[in-house]
Amino acid sequence: MAVPRYWREIPARYNLIGNKCTVCGNIYFPPRAICPICRRKSFGKMVDYKLKGTGVVESYTIIHVPPPHFEGEEPYIMALIKLDEGPYITAQIVDCDEKDVHIGMRVKATFRRIMDDGEKGAIYYGYKFIKE
Amino acid sequence: MPSFPRMVAIVGYGAYIPFYRIKVEDIARIWGENPKSISNGLGIFEKSVPSIDEDTATIAVEAARRAIKTTKIDAKDIGAIYVGSESHPYAVKPTATIVAEAINATPYMTAADYEFACKAGTAAIQNCMALVKSGMIKYGMAIGSDVAQAAPGDALEYTAAAGGAAYIVGKEGIAEINETVSFTTDTPDFWRREGQPYPGHGERFTGEPAYYRHIKNAANLLMEKMGTKPSDYDYAVFHQPNGKFPRRVAKMLGFSKEQIENGLLCPVIGNTYSGSMLMGLAATLDIAKPGDRIIAVSFGSGAGSDAFDITVTDAIEKYERQNVRKMIEKKKYIDYSIYMKFRGEF
Repeated sequence: MAVPRYWREIPARYNLIGNKCTVCGNIYFPPRAICPICRRKSFGKMVDYKLKGTGVVESYTIIHVPPPHFEGEEPYIMALIKLDEGPYITAQIVDCDEKDVHIGMRVKATFRRIMDDGEKGAIYYGYKFIKE
Repeated sequence: MPSFPRMVAIVGYGAYIPFYRIKVEDIARIWGENPKSISNGLGIFEKSVPSIDEDTATIAVEAARRAIKTTKIDAKDIGAIYVGSESHPYAVKPTATIVAEAINATPYMTAADYEFACKAGTAAIQNCMALVKSGMIKYGMAIGSDVAQAAPGDALEYTAAAGGAAYIVGKEGIAEINETVSFTTDTPDFWRREGQPYPGHGERFTGEPAYYRHIKNAANLLMEKMGTKPSDYDYAVFHQPNGKFPRRVAKMLGFSKEQIENGLLCPVIGNTYSGSMLMGLAATLDIAKPGDRIIAVSFGSGAGSDAFDITVTDAIEKYERQNVRKMIEKKKYIDYSIYMKFRGEF
């Protein structure tokens, strides 16, 4: 990952800052430039919105063959989580046995190391989820 | 009478310990040692292990977030964040800025990383106290956090653990810091050279001329300055490199088993290095009542000790305490090979 791209996304990755369309009230994560429902009416009307970081597992999978940056961490759980404010988020579930994860499980966000650009590169931090 | 006017206090605190543990017997089995004699010798049964995706920064962030949540202050009022550790994830690039961003305290603040073996976190508290006292900042945050390294097979492997605690320092809060003193010398009892993955140490030399000498001198200096004796304190917390040293130094200084027992976490979590004394203090504040007096003394190899005289205030009754002991009970045991995987040894 390029450092500037990661740096731009720090508010979302560290603190789950999404945004809200003040026209229809929908909340988005990651933040969107415009609301896909209100379209041009939402120009200039999207405001930052901090998500609480709590939600429920809607679906999940166990990764046994990870992409290169995650090699050595397998097996790990990737889940589709419906946050309490509405948006869906894809994230790892950690500190949880693969046999314990289930649909409907309540989870909350935690701060973890996501990946790095090798031993000499930058380290990227962000959200993962643990059992609530 | 205290020479330091009472105007500095702990506003709140937060601690974090990883979920995983390894038992002494699992490590002893690999190296053909007798687990009972190790447990008895070091006074430790198990230690915390950071997960594969945890490091000093993630532990510091979790501790800092808990401190913010329980004090309910606006993170933007924090004027300084200092993170003490001997295992910062970067050699150059501060951990403190990661923490500051993750608690939303940036950008109008100062931040830096500290390093003084296991006492970098208490050095951070002293600096925050000075900044608060001088009026330069409203609140300061001092963190001690570590994912301690130990060479496979080294005696340190039984104790080197992970954990951390964050303290918010301000003018008033749940516990007044009446006084702090330090005792510092150049004593090479433990070190890690640049670029080396594991620390080296002087084995028995880490005891008498290092740990005991510095803690005793700092504690005695503090009591002399305050005109107190061990029985004036309800609780005492000392740095915990193992379960044995703090018990022994308490006895040498004249503190009872009851005074130190609640804050003695090393037997069940190991040595959390920069987090060690600060986590013990957190577990003590968890049960302290208004008016209770606490003496807390850190030790950092190299070497030095910072001693604090603390009086718990009425505000602690309304403070949402975290219960460090309960947090420690939430755990999962792993074996030596998973431990090696988490440490990235493969």
